[in-house]
Amino acid sequence: MGEKVLMKGNEAVAEAAIRAGCRHYFAYPITPQSELIEYMSRMMPKAGGTFVQAESEIAAVNMVYGAAGCGKRVMTSSSSPGISLKMEGISYLAGAELPAVIVNVQRGGPGLGDIQPAQGDYFQATKGGGHGDYRMPVLAPSTVQEFADMADLAFELGDKYRTPVMILSDGLLGQMMEPVDFKPRKTEAEMEELDKQHFDWCIHPNQDEPNRHHHEINSLEIDPLILEKHVIHLGEKFDKIEANEVRYEEYKLTDDCEYLIVAFGTAARIAKSAIDELNVEGVKIGMIRPITVWPYPYEAIRNALTPKIKKILVTELNLGQMIEDVKLAVEGKVPVEFLGKVGGILFTPQEVKDKIKGM
Amino acid sequence: MQVIAKRPDSLTDLNFTYCPGCTHGISHRLIAEAIDELDLRNKMMGVAPVGCSVFAYKFFNFDMAEAAHGRAPAVATGMKRARPDMHVFTYQGDGDLAAIGTAEIVHAANRGENISIFFVNNAIYGMTGGQMAPTTLPGMKTSTSPYGRDEQDIGYPIAACELLDSLRAPYYIERVSLLSPQDIIKAKRAVLKALKYNKENRGFTFVEFVSTCPTNWGMTPLDAMKWAKENMYPFFPVKLFRDKGEEGGK
Amino acid sequence: MKTELICSGFGGQGALTVGKFLAKAGMQEGKNVSWLPSYGPEMRGGTANVSTVISDTPIASPLVTNPDILVALNQPSIDKFGPEIRPGGLMIANTDMCPRKLERDDIDAIYAPMSTIAKEIGSAKVLNMVAIGMIIGKKNLIKYETIEADLTAFLKKKNPDLLEGNLKAIKKGIEIGQNS
Ligand SMILES: Cc1ncc(C[n+]2csc(CCOP(=O)(O)OP(=O)(O)O)c2C)c(N)n1
Ligand code: SF4
Repeated sequence: MGEKVLMKGNEAVAEAAIRAGCRHYFAYPITPQSELIEYMSRMMPKAGGTFVQAESEIAAVNMVYGAAGCGKRVMTSSSSPGISLKMEGISYLAGAELPAVIVNVQRGGPGLGDIQPAQGDYFQATKGGGHGDYRMPVLAPSTVQEFADMADLAFELGDKYRTPVMILSDGLLGQMMEPVDFKPRKTEAEMEELDKQHFDWCIHPNQDEPNRHHHEINSLEIDPLILEKHVIHLGEKFDKIEANEVRYEEYKLTDDCEYLIVAFGTAARIAKSAIDELNVEGVKIGMIRPITVWPYPYEAIRNALTPKIKKILVTELNLGQMIEDVKLAVEGKVPVEFLGKVGGILFTPQEVKDKIKGM
Repeated sequence: MQVIAKRPDSLTDLNFTYCPGCTHGISHRLIAEAIDELDLRNKMMGVAPVGCSVFAYKFFNFDMAEAAHGRAPAVATGMKRARPDMHVFTYQGDGDLAAIGTAEIVHAANRGENISIFFVNNAIYGMTGGQMAPTTLPGMKTSTSPYGRDEQDIGYPIAACELLDSLRAPYYIERVSLLSPQDIIKAKRAVLKALKYNKENRGFTFVEFVSTCPTNWGMTPLDAMKWAKENMYPFFPVKLFRDKGEEGGK
Repeated sequence: MKTELICSGFGGQGALTVGKFLAKAGMQEGKNVSWLPSYGPEMRGGTANVSTVISDTPIASPLVTNPDILVALNQPSIDKFGPEIRPGGLMIANTDMCPRKLERDDIDAIYAPMSTIAKEIGSAKVLNMVAIGMIIGKKNLIKYETIEADLTAFLKKKNPDLLEGNLKAIKKGIEIGQNS
């Protein structure tokens, strides 16, 4: 670990991706994500990598499909309207089982919306915004450090399970600066290892018989009996991810807590301030912050439901999306209330406190 | 610049939100004046793009639609087909029209849709803070071509008029500029012609404005005009590409 | 200890960099820091502001609603954020751009013609350093030496004149801060 640097989330995740071995990046400008593409345009050439500003988000995600098919660590990024355009490509990545990292720096929607931070793309990210039966790991950072660390984690998960992985951030985390501690850049030897890791299925230079390979990067399977097998195989993979990759943070959660807040990303950050102040005032309250929003920490929420818990508050920067997962976890055992802000407006810690006191 | 006395009826009272010296205001005004002069205001509808001119839907004083980035020609197609008794134009920047919206503009032109396209070419993405556009000139530095546009890597600037001129259906295609008072007078004539043909439902009409973006070019408005004349004309010559109204002799 | 600041002014006045230099110095002194700018179309000619937090403990919400310190480089900044300053807090205001004072007696306010001072030192650009100096002079938030070292590392080779102007501006600011 080196010295800490003060950096915007957008730039930190780009730097971390390069350090994690990403040498291929394709994207299209959009606010509040543009510092990411701009950073890549400066630094990718210096890292000996490839940067292409695509003609659209659709083109960008398909460039990703091509590079991922060649077994490379590849990334794209955008903000909400552009992510919608990438959804077709994400479905193809999932179908063809290609590892890739997609960063969404969310803004207010629907449609063109505005450019302020929001969490309105939760459903799209976690319930399959593209068509077909697929899931993809979705990581939700809540600090700039975590945003950067997730680049590495996303590539690892992608390679391990051969799946696209999304980092679901927002305009606040993209635009704000915090100190970041970066992992060292992958060494030449490690890069060589990375390059070879997918040789059993990816496109790479061939050899004469008997060592010839014929690899197909494809999501089409016209024979229903074969497609059935493929989708069942995907399902088993998703089960594995659900069993092994759930991540969450418990914050000030103790056995005598009477209230529980569930929140992710930026909303969780703000709610933490409220929890700190409420604790000082004697209110027994803690938080579960999902770090993976798919796979979702249902178990952790269920386990937090001690008999002392009176109510749960879900805070989100949307009309209420993740709350559906919280309710699935809670199974009606405890009332679940909601505090949301939309339009790119943030709630303040005071508003969270007022809501809790009114519950 | 021209001294223009009265605000055209086809513009609302709102002040433009453009930077000082930006040419978007001029092209808005030319379009509005032409619509007034052709007495088209009550039958006019327009489509705003995503770009600095995204708020064009507030500035034009008739019914307007706001499209997704690049999709304005498709939206205009839907509007014209649903309201053939009305007339529609799109107003689009170079990122909108020549990057993300390339498919829509080519196919609307190829169908010979009865729509007018006003295309503002300022060689950069203004709205999002100065990234490279498909029209960015070779060697030009932008926030996503920090070492200068390398045409070997990312290609040459796309010339939209030339591209569309390869199609058979378009009725009228002209590139004009907004870089001097004389140029603006000529541009006005082109806008009038496009909208007149539109009024007569003659087919697809396309006017490109060679424009400036002083803010993201990092220049004063005057320097920007000068720079554009020297650097943009070689790639985007002012020219009448096609006028079926003239050649068809009607 | 946690100090929350809002720095605000016209785009180009350097309000965002006031926050940035403070945050960076805080970080170099081992503190937790965050810097959250306003962004969007209002940046174009309008007012730009930044929330900066410097804290001994991890920072939860980076959004500052009731600042301990307000740096107001223009009048709209006083009008908008002045009433929100925490009682006992500090406001630093640029009288060159702020004709009206803030009607509050439960806070400290330091008024100085910061634009003029900057120009006298040699460049309107060092206005942000005057502001930083005033904070250092008044509050024990960060050390002069930290910023000096940071600027020196960055500018010594590249632009020694600018370095000198910057340091002069900070020192002038400190003087004003200490004497008020
Ligand atoms: C799907 C989608 N991608 C990206 C954006 C972000 N975006 C807004 S405007 C713009 C570029 C506009 O540039 P241009 O068309 O040249 O118009 P100008 O601002 O220069 O007038 C982009 C990329 C968006 N709103 N939607
Ligand atoms: S950024 Fe450029 S195109 Fe946009 S309003 Fe300003 S000068 Fe005009």
